[in-house]
Amino acid sequence: MLSYIIRRVLYAIPILIGVNLLTFALFFVVNTPDDMARMQLGIKYVTPEAIEKWKAERGYDKPLLFNEGQIGLDKLTQTIFFEKSVAMFRFDFGRSDEGRDIGFEIKSRMLPSFAIALPVFVLGLISYITFALIMVFFRATYIDFWGVVLCVALMSISSLFYIIAGQFLISKLWHLVPISGFGTGLDAVKFLILPVIIGVISSAGANTRWYRTIFLEEMGKEYVRTARAKGLSEHLVLFKHVLRNALIPILTGAVVLVPLLFLGSLIVESFFGIPGLGSYTIDAINSQDFAIVRAMVFLGSVLYIVGLILTDISYTLVDPRIRLN
Amino acid sequence: MKLLGNRTRIVSVLMAVVAVLLTACDRMVWNNPYPAHDEGENILYNVFTERPKHLDPVQSYSANEIQFTAQIYQPPLQYHYLKRPFTLIPYTAAAMPTVTYYDYDDYPLPDDIEVDEIAYTQYEISIKPGIFYQPHPAFAKNDQDEWLYHQLGDDQLVSVYQLSDFPATGTRELTAHDYIYQIKRLAHPRLHSPIYGLMADYIVGLRDFAGVLREAQNSERANGAFLDLNAYPLEGVEVVDDYTYRIKINKKYPQFIYWLAMPFFAPIPWEADQFYSQKGLIEKNISLDWYPVGTGPYMLTENNPNLRMVLEKNPNFYGEFYPEEGMPQDYMNGLLIDAGKAIPFIDKIVYSREREGIPRWNKFLQGYYDASGIGSDSFDQAVQLVGQGEATVTEAMAKQGIRLETTVAVSTFYIGFNMLDPVVGGGGTEESRSAARKLRQAISIAVDYEEFISIFANGRGLPAHGPIAPGVPGHRYGKEGVNTVVYNWVDDEPQRKSIQIARRLLAEAGYPNGIDRRTGAPLVLYYDVTARSSEDRSMLDWMRKQFQKLNIQLVVRSTDYNRFQDKIRKGNAQIFEWGWHADYPDPENFLFLLYGPQRKVGNTSGSAANNAANYNNPEYDHLFEQMKDMDNGSARQVIIDQMVDILRQDAPWLWGYHPKEYGLYHEWYKNVKPNRISNNNVKYYRIDTDLREQKRQEWNKPVLWPIVLVIIIVTIGLFPAIAAYRRHESSRGIQNVQTDSN
Repeated sequence: MLSYIIRRVLYAIPILIGVNLLTFALFFVVNTPDDMARMQLGIKYVTPEAIEKWKAERGYDKPLLFNEGQIGLDKLTQTIFFEKSVAMFRFDFGRSDEGRDIGFEIKSRMLPSFAIALPVFVLGLISYITFALIMVFFRATYIDFWGVVLCVALMSISSLFYIIAGQFLISKLWHLVPISGFGTGLDAVKFLILPVIIGVISSAGANTRWYRTIFLEEMGKEYVRTARAKGLSEHLVLFKHVLRNALIPILTGAVVLVPLLFLGSLIVESFFGIPGLGSYTIDAINSQDFAIVRAMVFLGSVLYIVGLILTDISYTLVDPRIRLN
Repeated sequence: MKLLGNRTRIVSVLMAVVAVLLTACDRMVWNNPYPAHDEGENILYNVFTERPKHLDPVQSYSANEIQFTAQIYQPPLQYHYLKRPFTLIPYTAAAMPTVTYYDYDDYPLPDDIEVDEIAYTQYEISIKPGIFYQPHPAFAKNDQDEWLYHQLGDDQLVSVYQLSDFPATGTRELTAHDYIYQIKRLAHPRLHSPIYGLMADYIVGLRDFAGVLREAQNSERANGAFLDLNAYPLEGVEVVDDYTYRIKINKKYPQFIYWLAMPFFAPIPWEADQFYSQKGLIEKNISLDWYPVGTGPYMLTENNPNLRMVLEKNPNFYGEFYPEEGMPQDYMNGLLIDAGKAIPFIDKIVYSREREGIPRWNKFLQGYYDASGIGSDSFDQAVQLVGQGEATVTEAMAKQGIRLETTVAVSTFYIGFNMLDPVVGGGGTEESRSAARKLRQAISIAVDYEEFISIFANGRGLPAHGPIAPGVPGHRYGKEGVNTVVYNWVDDEPQRKSIQIARRLLAEAGYPNGIDRRTGAPLVLYYDVTARSSEDRSMLDWMRKQFQKLNIQLVVRSTDYNRFQDKIRKGNAQIFEWGWHADYPDPENFLFLLYGPQRKVGNTSGSAANNAANYNNPEYDHLFEQMKDMDNGSARQVIIDQMVDILRQDAPWLWGYHPKEYGLYHEWYKNVKPNRISNNNVKYYRIDTDLREQKRQEWNKPVLWPIVLVIIIVTIGLFPAIAAYRRHESSRGIQNVQTDSN
């Protein structure tokens, strides 16, 4: 297993370089270092001299990808891309364009994102699987039929609608929880209720249908017939056999998301005023802070790759036939 | 029977839950976003949408930054809160600065001397004794009078994550040295002061001083040492004694006095600069840019700009009182009830970050924010027009005790013509320039800004007749202020000229009915904008229709903000939208936007260029140079009138409008007189906290029936499910097999 993990980690390096290059290219197609300087310095009284100074201090005065003025390897290394990318592979994210330590910011903002994403993930997983199992249990009945109709309806509605409707009904009309905000400790609970409920409901349609499909596929297999034949009750068939055998596709979708829980949600954090990494990324994009944007994209890629490796490892835990080699 | 028993138990539990909920909701609100211990406290709840980038007074400039820094820092001067037009008064200064002009031999000159004879101007400022800084660890000393935190070791920093983690704090008296220190910081090589370029042109020796500091930093950086600005003299500043300092300005720059009311010229203690320059603190993002140190009425105690920023009363601040005089209407509006009382009134200000308009608006309506702006989507809900178009709150708002305050911003939104463009600018010959002028005048008449303000700004604006905003000296009101190129004065009000006059001008310009006389092709013009939303699209459609009145085809070129700015800088735009918010209430701060040497294209001065239209008129430039050094008065007004008249005739801008700002305030929010020039106003505000608590309770009673309904639905749904499950489990397997086989 160790050699498998090492191999996967090595595969990740070219992927991360590619992601980094793509982020770099996309960012600098839209923004130039001069634009970035103006965004930081303001436009009212900024002089060309101040812009040049700002760029020089942050290393944005060099060519983007290829430095004609240098010789040998320096043609590649004396560039913005190389200088800004190498440190990230040591997980040194450096400082934002406005001068703050990005690593420190990420650490402090991870928790609020996680505080929302974890309950949404856990409660969501439990409820989607539960509802899917109920629908499978009552398959081909009116419960199953209306369950599917409900799922399709839930899938058809934009997540923004859930947020606005939830804030309108639960917070504005019924005054049950604060509309937005965040707190620490137990005080945080009242702020989390609404985004968590909305987070769970907004994904319920697609996920429940997905799990229902998985379970139905398992239900048609021989081992289920055997289990029934030996006299097991239907709930034992579902929970002990079907659910266990359906875990691989469930894990494929779920474990990969676990590391990404730290990255937060752009829209939810924006609407609910959650000071997490999602809103940190949005702010960085708005202020054209390339240092933060590339750090967040890099972190997202790393976490996604970690998620995929964890998914592979989790297969071995639920299915003894699988070996990582 | 068993089922019945279970049902009875469930119903009993439900009833108990409902009873508990109903009892609880009578006593408390559930949706209060603030901690319970803040209930009834003397706190102002405010909101901010965009996080401030800088709180270091040498760098911060944006409105979203100055709303914090203006409460924390004390420049020597401030604006009178109630008087209009805006009047400067001493803040930490004991009196208004003494201004003396000197000749090239350092001899003082009389006040009415010609500008050409002035070598430099000296501002002498005396500050009041007995002003102290907020408690701060940078001032903390031990019993041996040694600094506690100026040489922090790793062990001291282990448990430090924010400024409040330092257990000891200290203070000291404000001195003139601190003002001089801050002026030197304008040229600090590590800081990027937005006004350095401007001030380097005026403060004697500042540019050379920046060079000295750059060299010093390069050598000191190698040693990792703190760059102590006290060790480097700056020619243009002088400390006379602990309470008096002088600033030397090249030639004459009367507008400099307005800068003395901005945080750029607030004091910074060297101790703070040394404290924050420590590597360990920089690594933990603890800097002056994040944790300001001031002498003002408030100090920043929590800085989490992604969530909340908190200002608390500075315990060392005292000696300032609410103004005792104001404008006649201020007496009627109850703005002088607190006259003579010590300020600030409010203990704490909580600024919450709200990125989205919906939660921000709803929290205001629930009483959790004390004031609110008005978004276009909530305008109809909040404001109605009565009588002669006068704006007032709707009945629903009035019922909640919400009131509306309006003010005309010292801003202007305009459409610029690029004067370098051959079609709208004219080009080389007098004939072509004259034709282009007529084209611009025709467009100025055709684009109906009264309609624009009504449709797109909900009436929140005044059509502009020139560049200078109302409330600024030099702005003319009534008949004297009418732009006669675009308006006639009819029945004591300006009336836009008819479209026929515009068409005649267009024909004289060589485009009869919008057709180019020389080529026979329709006239096509290009409008550069930064479009963002669907609302912008309807605005652009409207603009096309305005040009269509003259049969001119308007092609909209919508780009992102960076590209748009790039086009303006390079002179590649033809017609473009732009705006300006004044830094200070002086006509120079508007009229310089059309001063030739300030033009964007071909500006080689090295200073910032703000003339986006690239307008260049020697006569205008000459008058501007005369006007900028004059004191306000009739002689200056005559020149301003001439300048504005030249601009109206030349029409380098389509004058657009001056926005009106609308703000909604709850009835418990007192002493509000909005303006956008003075920013240190929070100290004058007062909150009736008892009334606020009472209203919050009244407006936010939890509605519990939805919870009960959900519980009932779930419970009712459970019974058939359980029954179906039991039926399913107790059915005979052989039937299932038969069914399956069927």
